Amino acid sequence: MSATTASRDAPGIYHKAGSLRSERRWALWTAYASLIVAAIIMLAPPVYMFLTSIKTSAEIADLGGNPWIVRSPTLENYRALLSSPMFMGFFWNSVKVTLLVVAVSMVISVLAAFALARMRFWGSQWLATGVFLTYLVPDTLLFIPLYQIVGSLGLLNSTWGLVLVYPTLTVPFCTWIMIGYFASIPKELDEAALIDGANWMQMLVRIFIPVALPGIIAATIFAFTVSWAAFVYPTAFITTPSEMPLTIGVVSQLIRGDTFAWGQLMAGALLAALPPVIVYVFLMDYYIAGLTAGATKG
Amino acid sequence: MAQVSIRKVVKAYEGGVQAVKGIDLEIADHEFVVLVGPSGCGKSTTLRMIAGLEEITSGEIAIGGMVVNDIPPRDRDIAMVFQNYALYPHMSVYDNMAFGLTLRKFPKDEIKRRVENAARILDITPLLDRKPKALSGGQRQRVAMGRAIVRDPKVFLFDEPLSNLDAKLRVQMRTEIKKVHQTVKTTTVYVTHDQVEAMTLADRVVVMNHGVIEQVGPPQELYHSPNTRFVAGFIGSPAMNFIPARMENGSGALRLNLPNGIVLPVPAERTARYGAMAGKEVLFGIRPEHLTEPKNLDRQNIAVFELTPEVIEPMGMETLLHLWMQGHEVCSRIDPTTPAEPGRPMQVAADLNHMHIIDPESGRVL
Repeated sequence: MSATTASRDAPGIYHKAGSLRSERRWALWTAYASLIVAAIIMLAPPVYMFLTSIKTSAEIADLGGNPWIVRSPTLENYRALLSSPMFMGFFWNSVKVTLLVVAVSMVISVLAAFALARMRFWGSQWLATGVFLTYLVPDTLLFIPLYQIVGSLGLLNSTWGLVLVYPTLTVPFCTWIMIGYFASIPKELDEAALIDGANWMQMLVRIFIPVALPGIIAATIFAFTVSWAAFVYPTAFITTPSEMPLTIGVVSQLIRGDTFAWGQLMAGALLAALPPVIVYVFLMDYYIAGLTAGATKG
Repeated sequence: MAQVSIRKVVKAYEGGVQAVKGIDLEIADHEFVVLVGPSGCGKSTTLRMIAGLEEITSGEIAIGGMVVNDIPPRDRDIAMVFQNYALYPHMSVYDNMAFGLTLRKFPKDEIKRRVENAARILDITPLLDRKPKALSGGQRQRVAMGRAIVRDPKVFLFDEPLSNLDAKLRVQMRTEIKKVHQTVKTTTVYVTHDQVEAMTLADRVVVMNHGVIEQVGPPQELYHSPNTRFVAGFIGSPAMNFIPARMENGSGALRLNLPNGIVLPVPAERTARYGAMAGKEVLFGIRPEHLTEPKNLDRQNIAVFELTPEVIEPMGMETLLHLWMQGHEVCSRIDPTTPAEPGRPMQVAADLNHMHIIDPESGRVL
């Protein structure tokens, strides 16, 4: 006891307490500095894309001068794209495929996850692990057998083929997220619902889906991002421009031979990136809550 | 309202572990029965079998005369209150309480009437619009009870409902539960590991251990005439003292030889009861309140001897002494005004009218 009293009176301790504040200041400085560097690295490409998209072709081709300064800004590239029926066709194809895929994925994965997480049946553990393992098979490996399957169904060169194959990418991961989320819901909640008179479907719709909403939103965002940004499958399965989604439409139609319509390419890519950005901005809080579910729920 | 019959019920898990080993229990209409025992004794499993949340391996359970073995929980007409409340987090208090009735397609005004009535009984009317998140532990427990009351079921099942509350609130809610039962009079099965809760709430207490029922009876009966060493030691706080002793027969009267060379005369009226143990090792059981400072010395069967207190715990209305008797700790309850000092020998009096003799082999109280 006397030893601690003595050391507390020593001047060294007060010095230490003073340094705590300066340590904190240092930590803040370092944090801000690294965040600024990271932000510059992350934001440079989209900013450069944006700058390129508002330049004329002549200005883009001009190698003199600072490429980060736009001398005569123009919205011509955007106007050309938005008035082009082909580009709008790509856009609607993407919207159609994505909405259908998100809907199909969520229905399948919520039902599957509920069954795997809550209805104890023989082999449910193995099945749950199996679902996740299928996610680990890369799509670059899968598109060859899938090509045969889609081909034999006569769905090559059709957006319906994409609606059929995208869920092979989205369902396993969404199911996995939802299993984790459902598993974090206390067991007594379904028992209370069972005693209150709910059947399995009522339990899912009236208890589990509302309670697991953050998880569902996280899974929805994932499915949305995957099917909106899919590249390998449409490249392999679609060759007719009228059936192409944005991702390959922009690339295949705006690069003609070795002529790159850079301004339109960048404008197209930015427009294509817009919907996911909007979705993320609105649902960001839910998304984070969903991904960290297991970590914080007691 | 209904009686509950449990007949030869066994619960065995895969691998042959038996959680409940063939128990029989008849619970009368309006009765408040508490299942009590240490963790793993099978009390919660029994409750969950009544609820239909666990399958019954063999035997049968009947509610209101109808065997419910194969009836799903929702059709058993029971309501259950869980330890962690299990309120639906996305619903208001009103909706939580109304959920069961909504699923059963009750008319809206009937639901409203019942919820408001239950809210009044539980004093939670101002909370009806709140979400569970905005409630304290005690309030959540009330809502969980409200959810049970509105259903007006045949049987209430409580699974350790007070274990998540702090000590003060637990005592308060205990009274609350008893009051509610006196108002609605629904047959109640209540599971707890806390013997004080069991004693204070129950019409009859069921003491379970290792998947079997040790004893069933009203609280006072369990306290004063336990059947087994387990019940004797489990009911009562501080627990009954068990002191190894030797029963000896000396010229027609029985004597108990305790450690420290203490010899206690067995009351004459108990000679016949304990005669068979003469010459054998037994356990002498006595509750702390029957091992006191010398008092009532004019009464019969009071034996006074000397022991040394090691630890003294003043509790306010009483003082607990921990005395050592050759390696055995013995607890005594004395009047707080009695002078006692650790390490100084003092006179203690054992009231042998309340003694128990336990056969150490069978564990039965004789």
